[in-house]
Amino acid sequence: MLGLSKKDTFFFLFVVFLTMATPIILQPFPEGSALAQFNAGYPDLMQRFAIYGIFAIGFNILFGLTGYLSFGHAAFLGVGSYSVVWMYKLLNYNVVPGLVLAIITSGLFALLIGYISLRRSGIYFSILTLAFAQMSFNLAYSVLTPLTNGETGLQVYNDDPQILLGANHPLGPHFFGIVMQDSAKINVGGWQWTFNNGYYFCAIIAVIAFYLSLRIFRSPFGTMLRAIKTNQTRMNYTGLNPRPYTLAAFVISGMYAGLAGGLLAAMDPLAGAERMQWTASGEVVLMTILGGAGTLMGPVLGAGFIKYFENIFSKINDGILHHWFSALPDGVEEFLVFIFHPFIGKGWSLTLGLLFMLVVIFLPGGLIEGGRRLGNLFTGKSRKPTTPAKDPEHHPKPAPHVA
Amino acid sequence: MDALILQILNGLDKGSAYALIALGLTLIFGTLGVVNFAHGALFMIGAFCAVTLQRILTLSYTVEDPTRTDFLGNPLKVDTPYVVHWFGDSIGHGIIEWAVPLAILFAIPVMLLLGYAMERGLIKHFYKRPHADQILVTFGLAIVLQEIIKLFYGANPIPTPAPDAFKGSIDFGVMIGFAANAIIYPAWRLVYFLFATVIIGAVFAFLQFTTFGMVVRAGMADRETVGLLGINIDKRFTIMFGIAAAVAGLAGVMYAPINSPNYHMGMDFLVLSFVVVVVGGMGSLPGAVLAGFLLGVLESFASMNEVKSLLPGIDQIIIYLVAIIILLTRPRGLMGRKGVMEE
Amino acid sequence: MGILEVTNVNKRFGGLQALGDVNLDIPAGTVHAIIGPNGAGKSTLLNVLVGKLIPDTGTVMFDGKPVLGRKPYEINQMGISRVFQTPEIFSDLTVFENMLIPCFAKRDGSFRMHALESMAREKDIIGKAEHMLSDVNMIDKRNMVASSLSRGDKRRLEMAMCLVQEPKLLLLDEPTAGMARADTNNTIELLKEIHASREITMVIIEHDMHVVFSLAKRITVLAQGTPLVEDTPENIKGHPKVKEAYLGEAA
Repeated sequence: MLGLSKKDTFFFLFVVFLTMATPIILQPFPEGSALAQFNAGYPDLMQRFAIYGIFAIGFNILFGLTGYLSFGHAAFLGVGSYSVVWMYKLLNYNVVPGLVLAIITSGLFALLIGYISLRRSGIYFSILTLAFAQMSFNLAYSVLTPLTNGETGLQVYNDDPQILLGANHPLGPHFFGIVMQDSAKINVGGWQWTFNNGYYFCAIIAVIAFYLSLRIFRSPFGTMLRAIKTNQTRMNYTGLNPRPYTLAAFVISGMYAGLAGGLLAAMDPLAGAERMQWTASGEVVLMTILGGAGTLMGPVLGAGFIKYFENIFSKINDGILHHWFSALPDGVEEFLVFIFHPFIGKGWSLTLGLLFMLVVIFLPGGLIEGGRRLGNLFTGKSRKPTTPAKDPEHHPKPAPHVA
Repeated sequence: MDALILQILNGLDKGSAYALIALGLTLIFGTLGVVNFAHGALFMIGAFCAVTLQRILTLSYTVEDPTRTDFLGNPLKVDTPYVVHWFGDSIGHGIIEWAVPLAILFAIPVMLLLGYAMERGLIKHFYKRPHADQILVTFGLAIVLQEIIKLFYGANPIPTPAPDAFKGSIDFGVMIGFAANAIIYPAWRLVYFLFATVIIGAVFAFLQFTTFGMVVRAGMADRETVGLLGINIDKRFTIMFGIAAAVAGLAGVMYAPINSPNYHMGMDFLVLSFVVVVVGGMGSLPGAVLAGFLLGVLESFASMNEVKSLLPGIDQIIIYLVAIIILLTRPRGLMGRKGVMEE
Repeated sequence: MGILEVTNVNKRFGGLQALGDVNLDIPAGTVHAIIGPNGAGKSTLLNVLVGKLIPDTGTVMFDGKPVLGRKPYEINQMGISRVFQTPEIFSDLTVFENMLIPCFAKRDGSFRMHALESMAREKDIIGKAEHMLSDVNMIDKRNMVASSLSRGDKRRLEMAMCLVQEPKLLLLDEPTAGMARADTNNTIELLKEIHASREITMVIIEHDMHVVFSLAKRITVLAQGTPLVEDTPENIKGHPKVKEAYLGEAA
């Protein structure tokens, strides 16, 4: 079905199901219960899951398959956001023209940056992409202010042309009249589920993005990209110029990033230069690595993991900590609060940095690899050389029926 | 002419900082083969060594001065630094005033130790891992270090003044035969430049004239062969890492009066220093120094109003632009050696 | 007129004359060995042939077309395949995927990418790859990750990857270096078989005299970058100059 093998179809349908049921799955705890703070079924957070999932899926096509580590993908995220807000300003609040423009501009931008950066590999490639992104960031803050509105960030003002804005059109981002920020709330028992238009809009796009990446992974192109990662010398002596392939992968991942940036602005009609900063590029690298670079689901998991804990950790404060540990003796309570204090609230970045190090040091394969090891442990498989391939469903099933 | 000289001087202090950081980066890369994204954080920690010493020196106790009263009529509370208490008024305040230069003495052991701990505790395990992993783990470390500093010192820049003797400006123009007030230059920046020159000279002399340095240079050229000679390269490289950390730290200490230290200054300088290393040539020490000063001066020229009106925004991107052009036309950089980081 | 003609090739590295006036004329369908002591310029010559190095002077013609100035992948597309001293394969990919890459390269070149096509639909390519794997007796290892293969199998796979592209010329850079005697003999048999069944021109660079004398129809002896003598194996064996330059010190 859909040009996928049976196993992949099942896998894909499973992902679709999870995505669609997210508002329910992520609200496991009843409203008002002590654990409700761990719920994640808020529109804002769920939108970010989907959007950063798209970002990471795209990044993975470049980094996971070809091994080229870009430190400049945030630039495309920013370009996408600016494109969408400009379409709001010029036409109206319908997100479609903006998203189309976001994909086109980020694709062109990626073509330019990729064409230059891919002339070098390894660390030089990373530094080139970093230099480009930092350059874009600096420009967005300075000369390009007419386009980006500098530090204030780009937003829609009353005196903007908005030539297509009709009398009864919504005054916020919408998809042909479906307003992004509108939600339906359903209460069942003690649970409250929020079905948000914006989330479902992002989710459907994310599912399509995932589907395309699945197809790319299984295609001859995907195999070529992995071959490039493994051995460029052999590639060259097999009569293949690796550069068109890497450039195609770079542009595709740039377009994914542009789409993600566009969606950020489709949920919240703002665009700021800080989205292009290299720490933002670092974040998507982390998501991909944390989940498992080169695996299909890994980056999505990584993105969800980081955005979820970012949200949770930022919400926790000392009061909540005291509440948690209140059952313990006073001294222990104070001590634990003291220990945890640096990592919560505004300390999220510290947690993130530590996480980054821990994953790279102990779990280079990411969560997927960790899960597999854990699985092996339980099923009692010995730890002897499992194939170095990163994930079991990664390889096209050899087709015994042919030939 | 005087405007040109002024711009060159303006570029020198930033160039010095670039050169010092890039020197350490390339030293680490050349000896250990590791791409250290946490090197900027070492620069930042150096600057905070200055802040810390300043705080330690101004640690005070409070006494009530019965001869004076505050506006409520109570006896005035006066904070007196312990240093002043111990050494008397003039020496005590002198010491506090000279906190930044004194911090050099404080920073050297701190940075050496930190460098040693970093290499033994973390970097060592990454020699055999791909460059991407090295980049990622040191990137994580950089975030951690900067967040820890933020935790203790807050997010705002902390003014850390230079000694009064160097606070003003000097009329550099008069010294070299220009009219008065033609080239006014802040004294501390000149000090910084001279300091950087001394450090760079010391590092080069160390590598050139000591046996230790000779072995390290030989190791940079061909690690395996030197290893075969039965020389324990690893131990020397560890020490080299410590020295590189100390150089970055000292660069930070002395930079504190120029730019009030903040927790993200390391990241800001790191990206540029990488660019400097690449422009100079990966693994080339003279290249790093040359490119550091060159880019510093170039940046300063690009921020002249005449240039900016011609090419708006050029001051923001000039360094990156140069790096991109250099990387594409001369992948080895200005003075890079053959075979470093080529496929 | 041979299939590969090397005329007056010179290459200097600084003060070192790596290649001096190298002339070769290798007829189609033959097995030609290039031997010589260490530093004789064998690898330099090979790197010139595949486009990795550009000589200072001279020309290299393959099948009537100039080779110099082309990139390695373009030279491969002309019909020259190379086997490396240590097998260059895609070690993270399965054996079967390793075979697919050269098949796609041969059919589509570098620009037709099939980004969304399912691999299962490429029936002719899959058939070709499987056929080749059967030919080298590796079909039962098709799903193994290439890095887990034995050294001999890696060599076998690399050769299969070259052969599936049906090259006109196969360059072999010390194909038995570091192999045990048994593996070496197997490789010799494999190469003999390939040569017999496919009539491919082969140029072998080799240290091991046993390999050279078992395979080569003609031998060029290279010393200090210059061809010393070119003759049949029988004549080379007894050649005094060769003994002096090479066999004397090697034996």
